[in-house]
Amino acid sequence: MTTAVGAGPALGADDHGGQRVWWLPWLTVLGVLASLEALSRSGAIPQDHLPAVTTVLTALGAELRNPTFWLRVWETVQAWGLGLAVAVVAGIPLGLAIGSNRLAYRIVRVLIEFVRPIPPVAVLPLAVLLFGTGVEMKVYLVAFAAFFPLLFQALYGVQDVDPVARDTARAYGLGPAGCFVWVTVPSALPYVATGLRLSAAIALIVTIATEIVVGSSGLGYAINEVRYASDIALMYGIILVTGVLGLAIAIVFRQLERRLLHWHASQRQGMAA
Amino acid sequence: MLEVTQLTKTYGRGASAVQAVGNLTFRVAPGEFVCIVGQSGCGKTTLLKCLSGLIPPTSGTAVLQGQVIDRPPDKLALVFQEYSRSLLPWMTVRANVTLPLRSKGIDSARREDLAEEALTAVGLSGFFDRYPWQLSGGMQQRVAIARALAYQPEILLMDEPFASVDAQTRADLEDLVLRLRDEFDVTVLFVTHDIDEAIYLSDRVIVLTPPPTRVREVVDVNLPRPRDQIETKGLPAFTRLRAHVFELIKREPAGSAGDEVLSDQHAT
Repeated sequence: MTTAVGAGPALGADDHGGQRVWWLPWLTVLGVLASLEALSRSGAIPQDHLPAVTTVLTALGAELRNPTFWLRVWETVQAWGLGLAVAVVAGIPLGLAIGSNRLAYRIVRVLIEFVRPIPPVAVLPLAVLLFGTGVEMKVYLVAFAAFFPLLFQALYGVQDVDPVARDTARAYGLGPAGCFVWVTVPSALPYVATGLRLSAAIALIVTIATEIVVGSSGLGYAINEVRYASDIALMYGIILVTGVLGLAIAIVFRQLERRLLHWHASQRQGMAA
Repeated sequence: MLEVTQLTKTYGRGASAVQAVGNLTFRVAPGEFVCIVGQSGCGKTTLLKCLSGLIPPTSGTAVLQGQVIDRPPDKLALVFQEYSRSLLPWMTVRANVTLPLRSKGIDSARREDLAEEALTAVGLSGFFDRYPWQLSGGMQQRVAIARALAYQPEILLMDEPFASVDAQTRADLEDLVLRLRDEFDVTVLFVTHDIDEAIYLSDRVIVLTPPPTRVREVVDVNLPRPRDQIETKGLPAFTRLRAHVFELIKREPAGSAGDEVLSDQHAT
């Protein structure tokens, strides 16, 4: 099976991607936005449930000139980034280590299988007790949530090294350290990249959720603020901003993956992993 | 050069034990080209893994230039059948060839020289910075051969290296290996299930029995060199040798060997 993939057409295989109709999905977006505008303006849906798209954008446009808004964005991005960084620094090396040692895996397997299903939000009150309502609490929760996908992907990745590749490296005199650096880690990289993409998305969800529940900073708190002010239009606007943030994160990590794994079969054929 | 004495390999223990290599004794002289043939499942790959120091034999020894093989020897290079899995896809052709040289403590300039020399010798001078998956199957196997040669081995072990390329490429690669063997002055131990290939390439053919594997016969191949795909294979001597080896492989396990096979099957 692997042979067939490796021997497949390679040079110039990505010459004819589906680039001709790039505007088609954007047409759909425009269509939906126009329909929403019409539904709202015509009164089919009450304005105070669904303000017109133009109203939302106007409210958001005004908010974009407000420095406090940008502070909120920064607070969210900061908690997200720090939490994810802690998860990366802890989860990936730990996953690689546990995955490459059968005994270590057996020792900790039950423990991590037990801790993993705990929803991060369930730990929230505990985090508040331990860390207060500041950025540390958010970072703790985000790191907790983002840790497990990274840990497990790194762990599975290490265990999926091609035995032929490993035998080759060993037969050519590469010791355990050499095999780990040149064969095991690159083999695990596609798994880790998937873990990173998952964790980045989960981290944003947890950041916003935490900010809404224990509101003191960030975009989640901003949503709460406009709720108390009953500013429905701006609330839609801020929700839109969180969506844009999520999209930006997805794009950045997808690009990173493409750059890092240009040699991998999933990227070579121009397919999404 | 290489001496294999009473080598056995059994996987597992007790009732579920599988004897992959029964009892093998043979030697390979310096500069020789020796092919090992036998039916599939007769433990050829297990034998090569023992010889390359990847797994320890259950009993018996393999000695390379006076040194018992108990870990991968640095005078030995290996070419696998599965080139696409044995070459690392995240490295360029050049990096794949130079990687093993790191473990020998060769400095980077010298590594580059050795890689370029070997890659040029296999006819891939324009492909240093490509990735293996950008090349055809035959070219990938050339990269694997270049990697082996750059390692400067005394002996080259090849495990059915041309079993997954097309017939024309296979013939080209066979001639390439014969040429490189002279050029790089290397001893070759070549495992194959293809009788024609074995006779065409070798000085001697070691024919193995079905499991539990033993040496059935060592056949001397006194065909003139240089060999030629059409001329050599058209010689009456070639045809005779092929018929002889074919018979050796097809022959039913005789006497005690047959009983052992049966009792083994009952045991499992």
